[in-house]
Amino acid sequence: MTFTLPALPYAYDALAPHMSKETLEFHHDKHHQAYVTNGNNLLKGSEFEGKSLEEIVKGSFGKNAPLFNNAGQHYNHLHFWNWMKPNGGGDKLPGKLAKQIDSDLGGLEKFKTDFAAAGVGQFGSGWAWLSVKNGKLEISKTANGESPLVHGATPILGVDVWEHSYYIDYRNRRPDYLKAFVDHLVNWEYVESLYSKVA
Amino acid sequence: MSSLSRRRLFTAAAGVAVAAAAPRMVFAQAMAPAGAFKLPALAYPYNALEPHIDAKTMEIHNTRHHQAFVTNLNNFAKDNPQIAEKPIADVLANLSALPDTIRTGVRNSMGGHANHTMFWEIMGPNGGKAGGEVLAAIDRDLGGMEKMTNDFNAAGGRVFGSGWVFVNVAKDGKLSMETRPNQDNPMMDGKLALFGNDVWEHAYYLNYQNRRPDYLKAWWNTVNWTKISERYAAAKAGKLAV
Ligand SMILES: [Fe+2]
Ligand SMILES: [Fe+2]
Repeated sequence: MTFTLPALPYAYDALAPHMSKETLEFHHDKHHQAYVTNGNNLLKGSEFEGKSLEEIVKGSFGKNAPLFNNAGQHYNHLHFWNWMKPNGGGDKLPGKLAKQIDSDLGGLEKFKTDFAAAGVGQFGSGWAWLSVKNGKLEISKTANGESPLVHGATPILGVDVWEHSYYIDYRNRRPDYLKAFVDHLVNWEYVESLYSKVA
Repeated sequence: MSSLSRRRLFTAAAGVAVAAAAPRMVFAQAMAPAGAFKLPALAYPYNALEPHIDAKTMEIHNTRHHQAFVTNLNNFAKDNPQIAEKPIADVLANLSALPDTIRTGVRNSMGGHANHTMFWEIMGPNGGKAGGEVLAAIDRDLGGMEKMTNDFNAAGGRVFGSGWVFVNVAKDGKLSMETRPNQDNPMMDGKLALFGNDVWEHAYYLNYQNRRPDYLKAWWNTVNWTKISERYAAAKAGKLAV
């Protein structure tokens, strides 16, 4: 397959004031587009041509760094746009997810704190994650384009902590960005839809 | 403070600060652990590098990002005064000797402190042109100025995520180029940076957004070659601290 950049699932200004139109324009139209363009160029003629995105991400990890970086970031960002929505966040989680967060992660409030802390603790560029591994939820962080996908887990929520995600709106204040993300942006319905596929 | 009076203050302080920088650091470290690590004063105002680097970027970069590394180091030093008692190069070259609890933190924060201290020092307005021994070394070891800047920009562009691109200087004056992720510093492998550029997005995002190559190209207008020549001489004399 070749990579393509889908349109955002909401208007560029739909996440303001927590994430500005300007941030989404650069992040989606420039950064994500660059991963798509570079990924396609690197894919051409490689052993991964014709494979699915997840196969490319897993197969290139540790073997073909330039392809992995771009394919990994394409995968991460495809989900990232859907992991947010206007008027997201909140305390009412759909389906079985709330119960699972209670039993595996000590409840929603503790999850929010620990998830944000994972994002703050990721030194440099990367992501913080909620994923499912062997039927259990876990919180983790990864560098650059990595994700739990290459560590035997299925990501169901992730937040981009590359500075390009928040620098226009929050400057150096990554903790404020992460708080806004968990409180106002998370699209729990999308998280639940990914969870229900693996749980 | 107006930018004019601030500029005058910085200009007046610049000569003193440069001359006093090394001994003051030694003195401060002997006083460990209370606030042993300090944010070095810039020898120029925040707006001095415009339009290549904007004043807001300089201010946040210096007073937030660099300050955070200094604050972290002083916190680590409360229970581990040894990190402030030895020269930075020694601590960074022997990270494995540190307790597990602080090793990664010291790597990140002391690397960040060393990198940014060097970074502020090798930039400035009216930085002149490369000459003398440094230019001869660039010709000899890195294929000349044009090839060196092209290679440096390409290497900086290839850093995926956060990191730095460096030109290192060996004790015999030989130059080499390398990149490192995050806040790693050549001292972690017993090497020494002559100069380097920060390619974390915070270094350029307000002005250049996703256009890192444009930043890398423009950055050369901010380089202070007089300072780099001083550093080159100091490195050969075994006196370059950071
Ligand atoms: Fe991103
Ligand atoms: Fe920096």
